[in-house]
Amino acid sequence: MQEAQTEERQLNTPPDPSSMKKRKKPVKDIDNKMGYLFLSPFIFGTIAFMLFPMAYSLYLSFTDYNLVGTPQWAGLANYKEMFTNDPQFWDAIRVTFFYAGTAVPVRLVFALLIALALNKVVEMVGIYRTLLYLPSIVGGSIGVSIMWRQLFGNDGAINSFLESIGLQGHSWLGDPDTAIWTLVILYGWQFGSSMIIFLAGLRNIPSIYYEAAEVDGAKPLQKFFKITIPMLTPVILFNVIMQVIHGFMAFTPAFIVTEGGPINSTLLYVLYMYRQAFQFFDMGYASALAWVMLLIIGIFTAIIFKSSDYWVHYDN
Amino acid sequence: MTFKTKKRLKKITQHTLLGLFTLVMLYPLIWMLASSLKESSNVFVDAHSLIPSAWEFSNYVDGWKGFAGISFTTFYKNTFIIVGITTIGSIIFSAVAAYGFARINFTGRKMWFALMLMTMMLPFEMVMIPQYIMFNWFELIDTYLPLILPTFFGYPFFIFLMIQFIRTIPKELDQAARIDGCNTISIFFRIIVPLIVPAMMTSTIFSFYWRWDDFMAPLIYLQSPEKYPVSLALKLFSDPEAVTNWGALFAMTTLSLLPIMIIFFIFQRYIVDGISTSGLKG
Repeated sequence: MQEAQTEERQLNTPPDPSSMKKRKKPVKDIDNKMGYLFLSPFIFGTIAFMLFPMAYSLYLSFTDYNLVGTPQWAGLANYKEMFTNDPQFWDAIRVTFFYAGTAVPVRLVFALLIALALNKVVEMVGIYRTLLYLPSIVGGSIGVSIMWRQLFGNDGAINSFLESIGLQGHSWLGDPDTAIWTLVILYGWQFGSSMIIFLAGLRNIPSIYYEAAEVDGAKPLQKFFKITIPMLTPVILFNVIMQVIHGFMAFTPAFIVTEGGPINSTLLYVLYMYRQAFQFFDMGYASALAWVMLLIIGIFTAIIFKSSDYWVHYDN
Repeated sequence: MTFKTKKRLKKITQHTLLGLFTLVMLYPLIWMLASSLKESSNVFVDAHSLIPSAWEFSNYVDGWKGFAGISFTTFYKNTFIIVGITTIGSIIFSAVAAYGFARINFTGRKMWFALMLMTMMLPFEMVMIPQYIMFNWFELIDTYLPLILPTFFGYPFFIFLMIQFIRTIPKELDQAARIDGCNTISIFFRIIVPLIVPAMMTSTIFSFYWRWDDFMAPLIYLQSPEKYPVSLALKLFSDPEAVTNWGALFAMTTLSLLPIMIIFFIFQRYIVDGISTSGLKG
């Protein structure tokens, strides 16, 4: 973008070098004025609702503050407490890593498999795509979380179905071993938007590669691993990063479906942070929690980006 | 077996498998709709069944009455106010910023662009605590301003989407307009805005359904039930200790998804295009 713009600017300025110096400045001045005029709402919004809050939250994380009075400087106390004296923090970390580590792959693998299947079918792709995308459209809403709670409830549809075919029902939400899986399934169920990104990626692979491979006598499986997957890796990279951030930040399902229980087995990190901030009003501690999560996400994103040199294939 | 029948057989298997899979995926939604039509006392008898014993629309009538004397009319009205104002602001200001980024060569553009990309990745949960404290300073808790303002002045995802779109518009158009006497501002209104309507539509739809689903912000900011949007009202309506009329709960839950589904079916094109071109989260 930058290059194209300078190129155009050069074209617009007269070639005579003596006049260039004189005329360049006013043009740049007008551009600066106009640029900041058009950006002013965005800049205001970003400073007021992003940059300042981030800085303030970093400060708060070193204080003790419960919304009454002024924040009291506490140094590293919040962080120390978190790492040495707060078993719930470790519960939340464990649960969140387990959740992100299972739910994200489940969703992405589903999305990829279905996209591959849809890419093979010729007729009615539109209908399948629409219907399979539907869960992803409604999935973020509170209504679906409430429905999920009833679906897996003791007298919900899953148990009633199991009993009707002669199997024993199970207390899915009451058992610490299964409760988290109901949330993982809920996340995996919303594979639609990733599926659409994959489908667009598949459509972009030039058919000439497949044709050439066929001439060379490649088998379907070879074509899949040597052409399809490498060509999709940039799309996979993008999806993995977005979904990992999304997975670490999950809140609503744990808040509604399982309320963090039983015995903290579904205490997702953001839910724990929410409780510290808005139930115990421990704003300093909650801010420290937020910064630790930001750091974790930052490290993960960096690792994924760094590793991409080894597995992402860019077709030039 | 001839080649033709073999091909046909393959096709039939494909569609059967895909069809079955689709049905299983949609089962929870269909089940919710079916339960909303079941008689309240019958909801958990043969709970998995999709066929209501009687078509009971009274669940919808009962559910609409809401709780604490506040009906869902109020909750829907509140939601539309919040969603409407936020969406209008964020679309207008995103378009303005996108034009600045895509067409004006000002000092510091790269820096602001990088910053925008960073805030695009930053989840709301990371700033909710300091934002809450700020709004508390201005005594704006229990008003709609904390729900509206943070995205009102432009939303990074939409700015990004519109920048991508503006880049596809030939620069010659701008130059021709400039020769005809347009300046930077009038080029925006006369040339760019009419041409980026599709990108603005996509953004409007996404804004609509993200704001519609928004739960966390109303949860932390709103205290008086008469100000609740649908999402927060449903949460209260569904408290396990308080629910007596399960049919009504299913009815209101189903109804809350209806606007999103209608928008989705009407504007599918825009949504699919938006996701595949910019990778917007769905």
